Amino acid sequence: MGTDSRTRIWWALAGVVVCIYALVPVLWIVSLSFKTTDTITDGSFVPRSWTLDNYAQIFSLDLFTSALVNSIGIAIISTVLAVVIGTMAAYAIARLDFPGKKTLVGVSLLIAMFPQISLVSPLFDISRAVGLFDTWPGLILPYITFALPLAIYTLSAFFREIPWELEKAAKMDGATPLQAFREVIVPLAAPGVFTTAILVFIFCWNDFLFAISLTSTSASQTAPVAIANFTGASQFAEPTGSIAAAAVLLTIPIIIFVLLFQRRIVAGLTSGAVKG
Amino acid sequence: MTVQSRATAAERQQPSQGPTKAQRSDGKRAERRLGIMLAAPAAIIIVLVTAYPVGYAVWLSLQRYDLRFPAEQSFAGLANYGAVLSSSYWWQAFGVTMLITVVSVAIEFVLGLALALAMHRTLVARGLIRTVILIPYGIVTVVAAFSWQFAWTPGTGYLAALLPTGTAPLTDFGASLAIIIGAEVWKTTPFMALLLLAGLALVPEDMLKAAAMDGAGPWQRLTQIILPMMKPAILVALLFRTLDAFRVFDNIYILTNGANGTGSVSMLGYNNLFKAFNLGIGSAISVLIFISVAIIALIFIRLFGASAPGSDNTGKR
Repeated sequence: MGTDSRTRIWWALAGVVVCIYALVPVLWIVSLSFKTTDTITDGSFVPRSWTLDNYAQIFSLDLFTSALVNSIGIAIISTVLAVVIGTMAAYAIARLDFPGKKTLVGVSLLIAMFPQISLVSPLFDISRAVGLFDTWPGLILPYITFALPLAIYTLSAFFREIPWELEKAAKMDGATPLQAFREVIVPLAAPGVFTTAILVFIFCWNDFLFAISLTSTSASQTAPVAIANFTGASQFAEPTGSIAAAAVLLTIPIIIFVLLFQRRIVAGLTSGAVKG
Repeated sequence: MTVQSRATAAERQQPSQGPTKAQRSDGKRAERRLGIMLAAPAAIIIVLVTAYPVGYAVWLSLQRYDLRFPAEQSFAGLANYGAVLSSSYWWQAFGVTMLITVVSVAIEFVLGLALALAMHRTLVARGLIRTVILIPYGIVTVVAAFSWQFAWTPGTGYLAALLPTGTAPLTDFGASLAIIIGAEVWKTTPFMALLLLAGLALVPEDMLKAAAMDGAGPWQRLTQIILPMMKPAILVALLFRTLDAFRVFDNIYILTNGANGTGSVSMLGYNNLFKAFNLGIGSAISVLIFISVAIIALIFIRLFGASAPGSDNTGKR
């Protein structure tokens, strides 16, 4: 009895440590974003005086608002395309026999491990030559490519858990393979597809290397790059407050996803990677 | 994992209820056609955006190609590789990258395992803990890096305030590396923990109870039963994180921008392209990084053989 409640306290304590570990850096940037210009360099963890000026300031910058629009648009389009293409490929890999299947699996595994920097110099040159440099498609294409392995692995893991007898039953009832896919499997696979979409969105939202290498103006620059390039509203102002406020805005969608879909994200992250 | 056995059971019944021979070969052909059609878009994009550029990078790396003097582009053979491999910048960046990779993955493994064991055992607020640790995983790396940078900036930061006045950790080689490693560890330990937690779920509870009955202590149970049973999950987690850590870029770019020799190989490649505008040298660095990653992956696969991911992931049959 005594040892039992003592272990409970011990584990609860461990939980508190984990929460502090995960939240302190986030709370710190939130705190910075609410500090006034005179207190931002006071080194205090909690703001001594609060203000919304930093937020007002970044939204007065065209640079940031357009970057935010670019980030949202590019991430959503890439997510949709990667998930559609990935779903098709994952279904084929999980359920169908076709030539080149092993190669596709092997190559997508290779891409999952591929150092992105190795693609930056050729893509920079190619995208300038074909006019994709500093455009949305110029970023969407590499995002789809690097999201595909993630999508294919997560989805084929989910597809393995679908009761395939239903598909067979549909085929027995005279459905073509395509119909069986569309009418039976797609609704069953929807949760897995949704989970994959969250993971792919987080990946695209997070990217920095491609964004900083393949864009140059507000036409396609994404928010992480814009933040890294912040120089302050005027040349006398330190950009710390603006960077913090912009950083908080970029974190909000992630927090929402995590709060709403915690279980799905965990399932998605572990399903593709762990198999006995 | 239980689902798989169910699926195989279902597949075993297949032949008995299968269609006649003629229908089957027709069906087979339709299946192949559908398979190719469904996989084609993914394959085409992969070839266009990776295979072709990789080949192009190899070709570029053999050229003398300075973007400031595009007219002087000419074949240079292996001269770019010679220039990179004989440069102290490359070896400095390579050493820094290896150090960051090895140290951060080692720390992440230990912390991640502890976190996974805690999540596996704890009954208090399990959902809360799982939610909370997803925040470092999901947060934009640039954002997290700024948080660390400001925390360690003298005057601004709450962590810098704890240091004696006059110290600026981000201007010192050793302290900068420690902070970079700290930022990497903070962000990716949760991912490691989740992968290990999934592996932990595969360890049979009965076996641990039996071992405890036989007098095995917690440490013995961990090293003799839990870790060996988790081996596949551990290997996948280590492989993914090692290759991921080797490409470290965002954290360094924000925290030090490579100052005081803290640049990684990815930083070096980036700077050669966008600061020195040398596409030939930049591409040679790209290819060398790719080769390094391939060697790391090969070592993992050699060491752990068939348990590499994907080797038995090829589908149902």
